This record gives sequence, structure tokens and C-alpha cells, in this order.
Amino acid sequence: MSSRSAAPLEQPAAGLPAALDGSTGRRSSRRRSRRRAELPQRLSATAVLWLLAVVYGFPVLWFVLSSFKPAGELFSYPLTLLPEDPTTAGYVQAWTQFDFYRYFGNTLLVAVITTVLTVMASAAAGYALAKYRSWWLSAFAVCVIATTMLPTEVILSPSFLVVRDLGLYNSLAGVIVPSILTATGVFMFRQFFTTVPDDLLEAARIDGSGELSTFVRIMLPIARPIIITLAIFSFQWRWNDYIWPLIVLNDPDQYTLQIALQGIVGAENVNWSVLLGASVISMAPLVVLYLVFQKHVMSADMNAGLKD
Amino acid sequence: MARTDAPPAGATAAAPTGPRGPRRGRSRGKAVYVGAPLVLIATNSVMFVLFFVWPAVIGLWYSFTSYTGVGEARFVGLANYSALLADDAFYAALTRTLLFTALVVPLTYVLALLAAVLLSSPYTRGTGVARVIFFVPWLISPIVSGVIWRWLFGENFGLVNFVITSLGGSAVPWQSDGDLSLMVVVFAATWGGTAFSMLLFIAALKSVPVSYYEAASLDGAGSWHKFRYITLPGIAPTSFIVILLGTIGAMKEYALIQALNNGGPGSENNLLVQYIYRTGFERAQIGYASAASFVLMVILMAVAFAQLLLNRRREGQR
Repeated sequence: MSSRSAAPLEQPAAGLPAALDGSTGRRSSRRRSRRRAELPQRLSATAVLWLLAVVYGFPVLWFVLSSFKPAGELFSYPLTLLPEDPTTAGYVQAWTQFDFYRYFGNTLLVAVITTVLTVMASAAAGYALAKYRSWWLSAFAVCVIATTMLPTEVILSPSFLVVRDLGLYNSLAGVIVPSILTATGVFMFRQFFTTVPDDLLEAARIDGSGELSTFVRIMLPIARPIIITLAIFSFQWRWNDYIWPLIVLNDPDQYTLQIALQGIVGAENVNWSVLLGASVISMAPLVVLYLVFQKHVMSADMNAGLKD
Repeated sequence: MARTDAPPAGATAAAPTGPRGPRRGRSRGKAVYVGAPLVLIATNSVMFVLFFVWPAVIGLWYSFTSYTGVGEARFVGLANYSALLADDAFYAALTRTLLFTALVVPLTYVLALLAAVLLSSPYTRGTGVARVIFFVPWLISPIVSGVIWRWLFGENFGLVNFVITSLGGSAVPWQSDGDLSLMVVVFAATWGGTAFSMLLFIAALKSVPVSYYEAASLDGAGSWHKFRYITLPGIAPTSFIVILLGTIGAMKEYALIQALNNGGPGSENNLLVQYIYRTGFERAQIGYASAASFVLMVILMAVAFAQLLLNRRREGQR
């Protein structure tokens, strides 16, 4: 290859693709000096990785550190990275005066109940799709896929009218019930149960186990990893959900964290001290959950299209 | 991936002669079970009818009426749709949404792939910690992401402008300039969307056979060539999914922009969903908002269909 045409291509990407493929020699003559060539590549690839990590991590770091500054220090130039006089006043004020203990409780209630119901409904439907054959099951599968094409955001007003007509308006049940069906959950379970040998089901049948009791006693326990993964994802979706609670809930006593936060953001004069504390409070549970169950999130079967 | 993979999978599964079908008449045995699967899909079927079919049907009906949420829904034919086509605010929201999507999707794609490549590379150190750092934005809700970036890019109080002015520059109007304001939203959306695509890419990179790289090395292929001719084709199906999901997600963006600048300055950065929300809930023009909803739906479906076709054609060429 002529070096003239290769140079502009290799220049910007030198460290990365080299790092990608596990080889170093760009030309055969360089293969001998492989050992020595590794060090600069290791350094440049690691440097790029950490530069990127700093860019991604910094906004959160700055935000969390700012939340420990007293209200007077937040806007006083020159800004400092570390709070000079650390305080949790913003947190206390958000939790007590701004009723965040209540929003936190509402959100926890919604997220936990929805997650339990979603996991149960998805496991059952996914199992049915994996282990039974009939034309109406195929039709059901197509219907579930269709829900991803027409999300709530798109049919806001009609969805609102349906919830109102069902008498679910302004209640936490109105947030919970419509969120139970998720295509992602159904297909995660379908994919998993497809890999479970049919022989297991046949054996249970021969032993005289009923279909539903086979599902509950044998199939659900072996689906534990999927149950945990979907539970984490569902909890995250519901905890962070904004638009659906926004249109269903009207009474401030029923508000979830995200709506309450937006209430502070949308105010004429944003109370940054409270907003920073409240925001950190709202994201803490998910960070803890993630750190505990990191393996389940990272090894999740991403083929199931985990996005809702 | 379920979205695109599932229909063919479901179709083959439903075919009367499955791989085990002819043997010992097992397929006939399976057809006996009706009650159990019915019970198993009951909950989700009810949910589907209540919160999907019902809203979709009345939404379609209301889009032909001048319904306002109370009283009679008066049939107006295609009046809502023709009014929509002449509505400057709708066009402004539509073009702004398309611009936003055109910026966020490629940026997220590049950064997610870069992060995935670096995390999977044998040359990088500290990948465990870096992975957690990349993943935290995914945990943070769109509302809080909006707040974080608003805090960072505040015009009079943000760190970014503080650094710029400290270095001798003049404060940048991140909030009062419409285009700059959109750029901040683009940064925030990219930042929040990277982790998910990155996870998909990491899984895809693992599945590219190592022997391809070894063979290419023996032939003296350069790193860029290996990346271009082995890695990229190897992860093409994942690229397709990342771009498709990213496009649909960006077209529906609402909460993030709501917290970051509330579609401002003014109404300059109102995106489609915000336009629909304002029309439907703040002005109670439910019929008109429903018409806008269906236009958005048609766009989403067209995007998905076009990308599917493009993907098919490219696969066919190989």
C-alpha cells in the first residue's frame, strides 16, 4: 500500500483499530519488533479510553459535588470543583420541605409493583410463545411487536382518554397497569424458553404434572437469570418514566420523582440548591441497584432488544 | 432486536411442519393444549386490547374530528390533516426533530462504537472502572440528565462558560441562542444514549471470529483495514439495530429537552412530541393532536421500513 494514501486514514485512528484486533504489525517488516511496538499502542489506547471516560464521567461528578455546596456558594465565582463548606442542606430541604420523601415512596411503589407484574406477565406470555404452537399465538406475537411501533408518546391524547374512561385517572394504578405489557420482556422470555429442551416439558407431562403447574414449579425457577435481568430493566424504566405519569397524575400527592423534579425545573426561579439534592436522591437507588447487579445488566442477552 | 427478528421467527415456529413435526406425530400432540397457553397470554392480551388497540382506534377516529375532550366529537373529515400540512409550527417542530435526529444518531453511533472497541481491546487498562463510568448515564433519567447539562451549560452560572471566560473568552449564549441550545440537547442525548448502544456493540465485537484478524495480519493488513473490512462488516447487523433504535428514540425525545430548555428559547426547539403534548393537553385540541400523532407514527414506520429495506439490499449484495 502506498504510504501517501494510507497516511490520512491511519493518522486519526492509529491507536484504536490497532488496539481492536490484537495485532500490531502494520507492515510485515515490523512484525519482528512486536514486543516493543506494543507499549505505545497500549499507552495511546488507554489514554483515549480514559479521556472518553473523563468526558462521560465529569458531568455527573461536577453535579454531585455541586450538590454538597451551600446555596450561596453555588453561583459565587470563581467556581471551585470541591465544595469549600460541604453541606447536605439541599438534600434535607428537598426531602422534608419539598416532600421528596413522598415522591420517593410513590415512585418506589409504582416501580416495584409494575416490575413484579411485568415479570409475571412477560414470563407467562414468553413461555406460551416458546412452547405452544397455534395460529392465534403467532397472531399474539405480531400484536406484541406492533406495540413497539406505536409507543405511548405517539398516541398521548387517546391513551389519556382511555385511562380516564377506565377510572384510572389521577391514581397510581393508572401509572402501573398500562405499563405491564412490554414487548422486550415478552421476547426476552420467549428467547430463553426456546433454549429450554422440550424434553423437560414432556417429562413433566408424563409425570402427570399439569401445564400451568409445570410452568410455575419447573420453568419459572430455571428462568431466574432472565427474571432478575428483566426486573432490573423494568425497575429502571418505571423509575425514570416521565411522560406517562405526567399525563395520568394530577394531584401533587401522587406525583412521582420525575414529575416533581420537572416541577422544580419548570419554576420561574429555579431553586438549584434543592434541585441538585433532589436529583441526586432520585438517581441514587438505580446506581446502587446497578452496582449490586452489575453482572446481570452487563451479561444481559442484548439480542432481546432491551429498550422501552 | 426482537422487533425485527421476531416476525420471521414466529412465522417459522407456526409452520405446521416444524423440524420435529413429522416424527411420531408430536406436532399433533402439541396442538391439543389450548387452555394453558390461553391463560398464559391472558394478562398481556387484555393489556394489548385496553392500552393499545383502544387508544389507537379512538385516536384514528378523533383525528377526523374536532374533539376537545368534552362534549360531542364533530366529524370534520380530513380538515385536521390539511390544517396540519399548512401549520408552520408543525413544520418547525418536524424539521427541528429531523435535525436533532440527524445529529444525535451518528454521534451516538461513533462514540458508542469507539467506547465498545476500547473496552474490548486487549491494549487498554482499567476497563472495569471505565465501563461503570460509561454506564452511569444510562441509569440517569432523561429529566435528571437535562438538569445535569443545564447546570453545566448555564449561561450565567454554568461551569462551561466559567471556564471559557476564565480563559479570556466571552460567555457563550448556550440558552438564548436556538442552535447552541439544540447543540447542548444533542450532547446530553448522546451522552445518555451511548451506554445502551455500547452494550450492543460489545456483544457484537465478541462474535467476530479472531481467526479473521489473524489471517489478515499474516497478509500484512493494517489496523485500519482490519477495522474497515473485518470489524465493520462483522458487526453490520448490530449497526443496523443501533441506528434504527436510535432514530426512533430521537424522534420521540421529550423529557430530556423538557428539563434542559423546555423547547426554548421561546418555542424554537419544540420537538414533535412536545408539539403533540402542547396541542393535545395545553390547548385541548385532541382531534388535531391525534392527527399530528398519526403523522409521527407514519414517519416512524417509514423510517423503520426504509432502514429495513436498505439493510436487506446491502445483505443481498454481499
